Amino acid sequence: MSDENTKSLIFSVKNLRKSFGPVEVLHGIDLTLRGGEVHAILGENGAGKSTLVKILSGFEALTQGELHISDGSGSSQRLTLWNNAIAEQAGVVLIHQEFNLAEQLTVAENIFLGNEINGRFFLDKKTMRIKAQEYLDVLRSDIDPDAAVDQLPVSAKQMVEIAKAQAKNARVLVLDEPTAVLTQQESQVLFELIDRFRQDGVAIVFISHKLDEIKQIADVITVLRDGELVGSYSAADLSKDDMARLMVGRELSSLFPEIPKVPDASKVVLRVSDLLLQGSSEPSSFELRKGEVLGFSGLVGSGRTALIETVLGLRNSAKGNTGRVELRGERVNFKQLSVARSKGVAYLTKDRKGSGLLLEKGLVFNFSLFSLHKISRLLIDTKQEDVAFKKAVETFDIRMKDKSIVAGNLSGGNQQKLLLAKILEAEPSVIIIDEPTRGIDIGTKSQIYHFIAELVASGHSLILISSDITEVIGLSHRVAVMYHSQISGVLEGDGIEEHEIMRYATGLKNKPSHHDQLGSGTSNA
Amino acid sequence: MPKFDLKTAGPFIALVVVFTIGVLVNDAFLSSGNLSNILARSSFIGIVAIGATFVITAGGIDLSVGSMAAFISGCMILLMNALMDTIDSMVAIIILAIIASLGIGAVAGLINGLLTTKAKIEAFIVTLGTMGIYRSLVTYMADGGTLSLNFTIGDVYSEVYYGVFLGLPYPVWVFLAVAVIGYVLLNMTVFGRHCFAVGSNESVARYSAINVDRVKTATYMLQGVCVSIATIIYVPRLGSASGQTGILWELEAIAAVIIGGTVLKGGYGRIWGTVVGALILTLIGNILNLTDAVSNYLNGAVQGIIVIVAVYLQRGAWRRD
Ligand SMILES: Nc1ncnc2c1ncn2[C@@H]1O[C@H](COP(=O)(O)OP(=O)(O)OP(=O)(O)O)[C@@H](O)[C@H]1O
Ligand SMILES: [Mg+2]
Repeated sequence: MSDENTKSLIFSVKNLRKSFGPVEVLHGIDLTLRGGEVHAILGENGAGKSTLVKILSGFEALTQGELHISDGSGSSQRLTLWNNAIAEQAGVVLIHQEFNLAEQLTVAENIFLGNEINGRFFLDKKTMRIKAQEYLDVLRSDIDPDAAVDQLPVSAKQMVEIAKAQAKNARVLVLDEPTAVLTQQESQVLFELIDRFRQDGVAIVFISHKLDEIKQIADVITVLRDGELVGSYSAADLSKDDMARLMVGRELSSLFPEIPKVPDASKVVLRVSDLLLQGSSEPSSFELRKGEVLGFSGLVGSGRTALIETVLGLRNSAKGNTGRVELRGERVNFKQLSVARSKGVAYLTKDRKGSGLLLEKGLVFNFSLFSLHKISRLLIDTKQEDVAFKKAVETFDIRMKDKSIVAGNLSGGNQQKLLLAKILEAEPSVIIIDEPTRGIDIGTKSQIYHFIAELVASGHSLILISSDITEVIGLSHRVAVMYHSQISGVLEGDGIEEHEIMRYATGLKNKPSHHDQLGSGTSNA
Repeated sequence: MPKFDLKTAGPFIALVVVFTIGVLVNDAFLSSGNLSNILARSSFIGIVAIGATFVITAGGIDLSVGSMAAFISGCMILLMNALMDTIDSMVAIIILAIIASLGIGAVAGLINGLLTTKAKIEAFIVTLGTMGIYRSLVTYMADGGTLSLNFTIGDVYSEVYYGVFLGLPYPVWVFLAVAVIGYVLLNMTVFGRHCFAVGSNESVARYSAINVDRVKTATYMLQGVCVSIATIIYVPRLGSASGQTGILWELEAIAAVIIGGTVLKGGYGRIWGTVVGALILTLIGNILNLTDAVSNYLNGAVQGIIVIVAVYLQRGAWRRD
């Protein structure tokens, strides 16, 4: 938008086509990126957004089409040879939807990976460390440059990716769903940063399924549908409803369904009392009733996932923990996840790539892995397995052009749908989902919300951990907010409200966390 | 999917090639005596390698199988010789020894499994350790020499190795049975799926309610039982055991698995590939025996080349798809 910068860069593609084997997934796309502009790309899961930006940044070869780049000085140059190395040379940097970090290395080493600063004889580790710290400071991130990347939570990994792009002097910065793993606060920090890149004349490509964000930062919006270009629009001209309509190709119904009330006589299904998490001094207690959605809110790192995984025995509790977990009134010890599953409890991890799916295995293999017991006596009934898979593909609207691909080749959102299908295939009655709609398009999101409403109506109980505060508010009967590895407050009814949640999430407010007060009883005041 | 798959077809093509070379090299190669000899010999490595396919598919490795075979042989011989004084029926003695052998194999596997899963020591190190332990134990039991099976029992027991059913020696039938059971177990049961999942990504396996430790331990136990089965048909052939028994079996077994297309880092396993791998290795030894063109002493070198070429071809095939 800042056009005083006349030497602005223009990077464009014409009639771009891409096939994987015999299957074409992009059918002739035109796109023009300009320096100083934030260009959002919108589209349903599997529309081809990631594939498009992978081609722009040289990670995938194009099947057909032309790439042009010009410095704004008039002459435009056709790029005949294009790959990742040339793209980086030209300043095109992609931050992948699925991260691309060397997990064993430190943060600083990752930031300068492939871009190392040399000293006289050896790598100049000290300078790299100091520089890395500077980049992280700009991001207002308190990540330690010496921390090993595999020890970091996902949101921190995202920050490392962005710091890495800074180190590469990006002229075209492509961000594929960068905010999917960030909280709102963290996203705002990212947007300020994007703004700074924009003022410096960098062309930014931004992919997100969160239409609010697109409204907030995009200058231009390009919409893809099923591999076709729907059009490019000035962001000022589109409302959020317009965006959704262009993406899906039809009018959308309301995002959130009516969630049925919890019957007064409803029994407590899951009760956790005085559970002490590692690194916490205050024990946590909560309960979940039949037919209830209990939301968990809090900042990233506030211990929501840790709490649930400790309950499920996936992590150890703190030493000297005297807490107890009761399922339907019976004390349980979920030593193995299989114990939880056999008692009707299922858990959807938010770490899709690391703990959710076997990326190099087929779709059916992944789908049935959690529910094999259902389809096998001595041997696995593969016919039944195929039938169940076909049904799940329909229920969850898993979209792929080719059923024989491995899970890693599904689009990000469709991987998430496959993971959800995998967990629910075990027919659990207590369902714990961590960031269930991460990377999922708005149409499918609405489908999943309606699905949750149906589950609740039929007597299932849900725990919903989510960084998407509208999602928590829109679906939960009660919301537990966590701060510093303990539950700082439980809100219900009209008390469930964004500012109130934030107050508890940031530690401004803190209820004495004694389980009597955190129960599902009527009074919470 | 009519697509030609080099990964699956590769070992079979290699088998045909090696077989053709055999036919060309010496007329004696095709004699029924030679062929059934090849099959019987490949049974030992083959059966051990089927166990190894499970271990490797689930992301582990077992270096102790050769020493374990020697140790189990030693135990069986000592036991049978000792029982001579108390039990009259030779058959009963042999059956008892077989049961003991299976038990020792399973326990030895269990020990490897528990050390890797519970004590969290790398499989390579654990089995390197147990490899040394079993080898040394059998040498100790034999007092540095050789343990020989009592002749009377040996006569009866030799039927297990030399007996023939429908034209094929018993060991071949045992090999076939183990292969079929292994195939079904790996490809058609929940346990098999779990092996693939654990070898592919342990964390995903854990979050899929798979008891990772139990699956891994089970693969080592399965390996132990396979070693024991191989030993049961091996003892009557030689009638003795010493510190030299079963030397380098672990390498041959792993080679057979790798030639067969199973991936060493885990996650992919092919039983029929392993069977073919074992056949190829035995064929090479046999052909070198039948020809003067290449010295028999170069057997190991030829096998090594085959393993490296096989893996190279497999990698190439991956890159293409
Ligand atoms: N390596 C691959 N092999 C085969 N098909 C692929 C491969 N990569 C992507 N696809 C297919 O291309 C299509 C477009 O995928 P892409 O990842 O670009 O979608 P997307 O718009 O980024 O979706 P999402 O919002 O879910 O991230 C999908 O049908 C996907 O399955
Ligand atoms: Mg994508």
